[in-house]
Amino acid sequence: MEAPENSSKTVINIQHRCKSFGDLVVLNDFNLQLQQGESVAVLGKSGSGKSVLIKCIIGLIKPDSGSIEVLGEDLLAADHHELDKIRTKIGFLFQSNALYDSMTVRQNLEFPLRRHWFKLTQTEVDAMIFEALHNVGLEKTIDKMPAELSGGMRKRIALARTLILKPEIILYDEPTTGLDAITSLEIINLMKSIGDRYKTSSIIITHDMKCVEFAAQRVAMLIDGKCYAEGNYETLKVSTDEKIRPFFQ
Amino acid sequence: MITCILYESLAIVTPDFHPKSKLLSMFKIPPLPENARSLLYDAGEMSRFIGRFFKEGFLPRYEVAEFFHQCFVIGYKSLPLTGLTAFIIGLVLTMQLHPTMVYYGIEAQIPAMVGISIIREIGPILTSLIFAGKIGSSIGAELGSMKVTEQIDAMEVSGTNPFKYLVVTRTFAAMLTLPFLVIVGDAIALYGSYLGVNIYRNVSLYLFWTKIIDYLYFIDIIPAFVKTFFFGLAVGIIGCFKGYYSSKGTEGVGRSANSAVVLASVAIFILDLIAVQVTDLL
Repeated sequence: MEAPENSSKTVINIQHRCKSFGDLVVLNDFNLQLQQGESVAVLGKSGSGKSVLIKCIIGLIKPDSGSIEVLGEDLLAADHHELDKIRTKIGFLFQSNALYDSMTVRQNLEFPLRRHWFKLTQTEVDAMIFEALHNVGLEKTIDKMPAELSGGMRKRIALARTLILKPEIILYDEPTTGLDAITSLEIINLMKSIGDRYKTSSIIITHDMKCVEFAAQRVAMLIDGKCYAEGNYETLKVSTDEKIRPFFQ
Repeated sequence: MITCILYESLAIVTPDFHPKSKLLSMFKIPPLPENARSLLYDAGEMSRFIGRFFKEGFLPRYEVAEFFHQCFVIGYKSLPLTGLTAFIIGLVLTMQLHPTMVYYGIEAQIPAMVGISIIREIGPILTSLIFAGKIGSSIGAELGSMKVTEQIDAMEVSGTNPFKYLVVTRTFAAMLTLPFLVIVGDAIALYGSYLGVNIYRNVSLYLFWTKIIDYLYFIDIIPAFVKTFFFGLAVGIIGCFKGYYSSKGTEGVGRSANSAVVLASVAIFILDLIAVQVTDLL
């Protein structure tokens, strides 16, 4: 996998993003910028709209207002084909892994490849699958079904599937939820090594403070639908603000 | 005019979203009860879903490989169950009819009677109901569980149109394989009947078959065959609809599978009723 150029540019620019579900306002004038090669953790309480935010970024949920640019492309103005093109540059790690139950690990990894890169030969596909599995250290699981794997292994396979299209941006939705402390740490290290090796930019949605501390360079606090505060982990940790402090206790 | 009527109709169903409705304000029409509103919502969503199916089903990109895979899963794998049921029905129907037919001295008409009943009605309906039970529930549960575990979202993120990949392929597969299951089921049921006749009398297969053919017309076969395409369409689209819009976790998946079977079975009976009326007109 070739690493993207390491010049500092904004890869995601979210401006005045609003989203409501009926009377429930989830995002209210939310702003966030992600620079190339940077990892930003979005921290917030359960139900605060973190997952809605990244689903808006990938175009799974349409916002009510505001703008979002991903790699210079206006996501809201994009038609279906343009959206698909943008999506090839974004990897999405789902909270539930979202591995296809009826497919083997190989087929799970092959599926997005065949959808986007039609002209690949079987040898090239096999090489890419092997590389993706090698990155997460699970080459031996290639012919297993997702149901045969442990929670941590499934998470790593999902990460391999996310990586296989060589994305420039990776969106992590609660990457360590439901995992034990040791496996969580393995996943965090894996996320860090992927970011370092391929210079990918990432947004990490989490409320796992270990994940925030070790995998993110910057933290955005999503409180009351807004980006309430931004800064690095150390700065926010010593904040005296009563809305921020509970997260770091 | 049409827009106005549509708006006023919508206002009755969703008064909160249509505050400018003249009818509501002039006549102080009370909103519909919650159950009726929910039923109308479902009907509206279902109509939109069917419209989307016909729109997306005929436009590229065609998911040919997945369609053939679904034909195998939905059609071929249903064959043992539908075949066994058809065989038993053919055999039992003959054995049940036998004493009465002997009583009236028309034992020789058993093949014709069983043949016509199976080909015109029992075969298509029974096979379709078994199909609805097996395939409606499996599609509802599969798509439902894919929905609640975000697999459908993952598919969309992977650049695949999940509606085409999951709904169009399964519905077309159900629509095209059910008629063939019915034909094979009818043949097996008639063979069961032939064995049933042979319990009491020694009748050759040729004679048995000739007796059926003598009393059978095209008008018996064609409508019975054509209606099964609609039965298959109903089973496929209802299963997909219930699964695709499944929510509320595993409980929702169970409910989707269950309601897919119930609704598909009811739809089969309603379509059959319409088919009978249409056939009578011909």
